[in-house]
Amino acid sequence: MVARAGPVTALRPLGFSAAALVLVLIGGSVVAVLVRAEGGFSLAPQDWAALRFTVLQAALSALCSVVLAVPVARALARRRFAGRGVLVTLMGAPFILPVIVAVLGLVMVFGRAGWVSDLLGVFGIAPLNIYGLKGVVLAHVFFNLPLATRLILQGWLAIPAERFRLAASLGAGPRDIARLLERPMLRAVLPGTVMVIFLICTTSFAVALALGGGPRATTVELAIYQAFRFDFDLGRAAVLALLQLALSAVAAMVALWVAVPSDASGGLDRTVERWDATRTGLRVMDTGLIVLAALFLLLPLLAIALRGLPQIAALDAAVWAAAWRSLWVAGVSVIVTLALALPLALTIADLRARPRVARGVEIVVYLAVATSPLVIGTGLFLLIFPFADPVALALPVTALVNGVMALPFALRAMVPAATETEARFGRLAASLGLTGTARLRLLTLPRLRRSLGFSAALAAALSLGDLGVITLFADPGEATLPLLLYRLMAGYQMDAAAGVALLLLALSLGVFWLLDRGGRVDAEV
Amino acid sequence: MLRFDRLDLRQGAFRLTADLTIAKGDRVTVMGPSGAGKSTLLAAIGGFFAPASGAIVWDGHAIDGLPPGQRPVSTIFQDNNLFPHLTLFQNTAMGVRPSGRASAAETAQIHEALEAVGLSGMGARKPATLSGGQQSRAALARMLVQARPIVLLDEPFSALGPALRAEMIGLVTALCDRTEATLLMVSHDPGDALLLGGDLMLVAESVVHPPEEAAGALAAPGPALAAYLGPTRPG
Repeated sequence: MVARAGPVTALRPLGFSAAALVLVLIGGSVVAVLVRAEGGFSLAPQDWAALRFTVLQAALSALCSVVLAVPVARALARRRFAGRGVLVTLMGAPFILPVIVAVLGLVMVFGRAGWVSDLLGVFGIAPLNIYGLKGVVLAHVFFNLPLATRLILQGWLAIPAERFRLAASLGAGPRDIARLLERPMLRAVLPGTVMVIFLICTTSFAVALALGGGPRATTVELAIYQAFRFDFDLGRAAVLALLQLALSAVAAMVALWVAVPSDASGGLDRTVERWDATRTGLRVMDTGLIVLAALFLLLPLLAIALRGLPQIAALDAAVWAAAWRSLWVAGVSVIVTLALALPLALTIADLRARPRVARGVEIVVYLAVATSPLVIGTGLFLLIFPFADPVALALPVTALVNGVMALPFALRAMVPAATETEARFGRLAASLGLTGTARLRLLTLPRLRRSLGFSAALAAALSLGDLGVITLFADPGEATLPLLLYRLMAGYQMDAAAGVALLLLALSLGVFWLLDRGGRVDAEV
Repeated sequence: MLRFDRLDLRQGAFRLTADLTIAKGDRVTVMGPSGAGKSTLLAAIGGFFAPASGAIVWDGHAIDGLPPGQRPVSTIFQDNNLFPHLTLFQNTAMGVRPSGRASAAETAQIHEALEAVGLSGMGARKPATLSGGQQSRAALARMLVQARPIVLLDEPFSALGPALRAEMIGLVTALCDRTEATLLMVSHDPGDALLLGGDLMLVAESVVHPPEEAAGALAAPGPALAAYLGPTRPG
């Protein structure tokens, strides 16, 4: 290329600045943690217990999710039925579901006074106990079974249809198909899937906060929070943050080493024609599995809707104030995410000629963001504490951290769009001399609209449902909606909690839909 | 006039040299086997490929150092000639000024260009609602308002049927007569060269051969052109 004059080139410093900003923010907090923990790095027995519990629950959650997901994915891969597309789409939804809302739904279905316990009571069986390890794993399976199912379903659909046809023409039965086609695919897909879920579960905080606790069910993240809120022992919080950092780093390195699959949003709506799975027994089994999986995902939400609906009218002013704060925080998060993601995505797309630099920028951002939000929160608290009252800055800090945390997902949507725009229209734009803001206005923004809308939607939904950094900072009068919901649950005010949960659920899904749709309406392919 | 002054294009094992002159206002069909470098030659003129050595000279000025948008060149590519999210009017207006803003006089000029290519009244439509031929016409309308002295066509009509392609070549000829532009068109079809009239320039065996009068060259091809055309010849 002789001259690649374009705003993209002019944007390169902006892109590098954005990457640097993320690094400074994350690196600064980590350094603050390191300084604070200086010299005092010794782990008490309860810290080791927290580490053990974190690894144990993450491993169990990953294994349970994947073991359950394999038959469900197989059923979805080989059955065609009305609503299949909706179900597969729905399996992408837990990602934008506020964690604390789902936990409340699970408590209402599987808790001591929940539907399942009531049913068991009819037969004289003791009610279930959802708190502790079982509950934490149950909630993680609720969130990750759908993810695992989608990832494994992709593996199934990636087997060329011709191979199934060939196997059928050779008279292969289900066992032969499993041996010839399915097991090799699973061997390739499962390790990565287990690893992704393990990684997600090691940094899980909200689930452990709501369902864990006590000496036997405390994760490292939860221990950080407790050191902070209950003991205000910043030194110990810093040591725990370092422990979490080491854990995330090890897990992330293993994940980089194992090929980790990514969840493609499209293409899951087809099925494979299967000649071997027409037996009645197999049909009944697949139907049963699909129904069970759907019930597992939908019943908690249904429970919230049923119990929350009558409460909506009775929500008091404090709830609406919290809702307003949450929307405000989400709005700022969206701006932070887009302001960082747009120059980063354009820079990465523009660096195609130097793929190593581009990949480097991308990996730096991804790794930085893999640091747990609670560690960053701890670091920021330590940084702000000497100069200002961190509590007064609770909402801006939450918005900032949430915005940065949504960055990898935004990049994943925007980098391909930016690369494609450059590949398809780069030459035409250059030959017309389209540069500067005109290029941004006439080419870049219109072409990136869908991915911008999707990124904004994701950032907003993730921020609205976030129950992480805010717990470290917030004072009781300045709660966001998820924090308010957690407090109601902790106080066993289940009716009020259901009302707030329904409101939060509606807000998250509504805002996601609105922003995502904003990018789609009238957008050209 | 357009002059390739000991021009040398290289990319890996690929090499193409050119040392020749094309007179102002000429219409040249660029032919040759795939991979010989027809598109690379056009890319070098358009500013998308830097020569290893030599110069591309227009009217006594070397244009090599200029960015694509500042060269005296309009290019119509094989595909992606229109921004799909902009209307035909907006797409054409970018030929006046990349910002797409147009004064009243320029607006009239854009409408007139759309009319000249047979798209009058369709300025508000978006490319997706047009046929392939209409999309080609829209790209030609923009070329018309750009009014640059060199026009490069990199097989823009290869996806069209024979009748439509002939019609487009006729339209291009008429437009270039009007703007007195020098035209280079890449094509695989000797029929295109005859339709365009003018000269034929063969790109083969790492060399850009000097242009010859098309009808004569096709009637009595030299060895390189004969090898490219193969045993069946038009007419």
